[in-house]
Amino acid sequence: MSVAAIGAGTGSKQNEPPQKTGRAWLPYLLLLPAGLWLLLFFALPLVQLGATSLYDPTGSLSTGYAMTWSFGNYPEALDAYKWHFLRSLGYAAVATAICLLLGYPLAYAIAHRAGRWKNVLLVGVIAPFFTSFLIRTLAWKTILSDNGPLVEALRTLHLLGADGRLLATPTAVIMGLVYNFLPFMVLPLYASLERLDQRLLEAAGDLYAGPVSTFWKVTLPLSMPGVVAGTLLTFIPATGDYINAELLGTPREYMIGNVIDSAFLVRLDYPQAAALSFLLMAVVLLVVFVYVRRSGTEEIL
Amino acid sequence: MRKTPRAPMSPEASAVISTLSLSRRTLMRGTLASSALVAAGGALAACGTKGQTQTAESCVSEDVSGTEKTLAFSNWPLYIDVDENDESKRPTLDGFTAKSGIAVTYTEDINDNNEFFGKVQNQLAACQPTDRDLIVLTDWMAARLIRLGWLQKLDRAKMPAVEKNLLPSLRNRTFDPAGEYSVPWQAGLTGIAYNGDVTGEIRTVDELLTRADLKGRVTALSEMRDTIGLLLQSNGHDPSHFTAAQFDDALAKLQKAVDSGQIRRFTGNDYTTELAGGDIAACMAWSGDVYQLSADNEKVRFVVPESGVILFSDDLQVPNKAAHKGNAEALIDYYYDPAVAAEVALYVNYICPVEGARAEAEKIDPELAANPLIFPDETVTSKAKGFMALDEATEKAYEQKFRAVVGA
Repeated sequence: MSVAAIGAGTGSKQNEPPQKTGRAWLPYLLLLPAGLWLLLFFALPLVQLGATSLYDPTGSLSTGYAMTWSFGNYPEALDAYKWHFLRSLGYAAVATAICLLLGYPLAYAIAHRAGRWKNVLLVGVIAPFFTSFLIRTLAWKTILSDNGPLVEALRTLHLLGADGRLLATPTAVIMGLVYNFLPFMVLPLYASLERLDQRLLEAAGDLYAGPVSTFWKVTLPLSMPGVVAGTLLTFIPATGDYINAELLGTPREYMIGNVIDSAFLVRLDYPQAAALSFLLMAVVLLVVFVYVRRSGTEEIL
Repeated sequence: MRKTPRAPMSPEASAVISTLSLSRRTLMRGTLASSALVAAGGALAACGTKGQTQTAESCVSEDVSGTEKTLAFSNWPLYIDVDENDESKRPTLDGFTAKSGIAVTYTEDINDNNEFFGKVQNQLAACQPTDRDLIVLTDWMAARLIRLGWLQKLDRAKMPAVEKNLLPSLRNRTFDPAGEYSVPWQAGLTGIAYNGDVTGEIRTVDELLTRADLKGRVTALSEMRDTIGLLLQSNGHDPSHFTAAQFDDALAKLQKAVDSGQIRRFTGNDYTTELAGGDIAACMAWSGDVYQLSADNEKVRFVVPESGVILFSDDLQVPNKAAHKGNAEALIDYYYDPAVAAEVALYVNYICPVEGARAEAEKIDPELAANPLIFPDETVTSKAKGFMALDEATEKAYEQKFRAVVGA
């Protein structure tokens, strides 16, 4: 039934005969593989994780974990690791902002100024994905090395003190995040800027809008879907990231992802790890919800 | 079917709207379906999980070695000798196959003890096969698997070479006194390393943690037993036998070094690039790594602190439900032949657990054989201590306290 309704909505004529009811199951059949996939690898693990987060926190591998509905796991975990949460959100927000500032001009240039270099530049944006995330982050250790040319140069320019360093500082972690997630910002921005009708910009010029007000009144509003998609695609994985903090930071830069990793794999505190995972999910959802509301782009999503 | 409101809208928008307007029923269905799912999942999960411990009675493994001449051997990367000209050839392993007729599938799929534990945990807890006959994990992890009853008991009588040649310092270990579940593959030392290009000599753990010129250029190891072990020794305590108060003392010392910014970060193997590049001047380090670094730059040195070093080993173990225990025992026995062990030791550069291998190694490469990081002499072994076996509750409590200092 629903299929017929969607069909009617998408512009098919009202007087067209409705589809044969005998084939109403077809779309469901087509949904089945994806649905099963989602059920098996997302919904069930999520339920399991939710249950784990309520297990008795005093359980252990040899005694097992009793389901005690210990909702207290949540406030306890939040209280113990609130700074890690705030740090994750802060780093991710800064990294997202930098990505936007770097990515917007880049995406614009690729979409409208690159000419025949467009494809080459796009491949350039995607090319880093050909090597592993870990290898790329490790490479940053070499770039930011205390004895490397970058730090040397910054010291010579007195932007860094004589003993100053980049590696093992919040700056390094944020730089790593920016580098690793920049393509996720550029690609959606490119997709929406590429569709921008140049004639609208000409029209704005004809109506005596200077370049700045053309940007604010025409280009930016039209590219908002790209901005929203790009910021979300950058912010969400950056919040949960732990590789950058692990490799480029110190314990003082550890993010919530590092805590979850250690709780699951090292400390074997499964209830706490699960509670932290759910809290992270909730925090990210909340931030995204407020952001989407604020940016007034619900209709775009 | 509900009528969709007519409005001047783009086809896409009206499609979305019409889907939404119909969605009340779909939504109801969806809600019902998901609550059914949650209920089902809840019912599954509500019982919690049972204890994961197995016993010899609860998990019986069959051995088909008599009929199947195969063995699946999982090890760490770069942990066995390879042919100089063809890296896919492993001379000692090929030698074993030639001698015994047992075909070995060798996989380098262990990168981290904790990660590997996570990987095989569900199978072993449920007494299901892991498709591996022989695995290599570090001693403390072996202790955990033994505690959980996840390993098969080895028949020492079938491994006379182990009985004869295993180094005395690796016998009678607290977690496996009779050596019935785990046999060392390679051993190593946890001590101090420094880069002579960046700093002068460092002799003690206290220097590492307090010297002002090293501030922010020191790393410690993220493995609790290594870092706390060295700190216990620096306090004059014995890591193979210590009290909770002594543990707290060591931890307080570490906390002080972290708070003062002396310790830059906690590392796994990844300290090697930073030490070689001079980003860190000195660190807690594993002997095998430092040996390999010093091959490139002889100013990178490993130091056995006066207060002592930690001796660890990576042990061969046969997990439950592995079907080729007999073949695994044959392989273990083969690798305790001093001539074979010498070949492996000269390639991997860790401490060889086989007595007599040094004499064999001298025939192949006298210079390497004289290296105390591969064949330690009496002065080193007398200072080397293993870390005490911990029960589950203590392990968890200590690990939690340690992680609080590490920061995650």
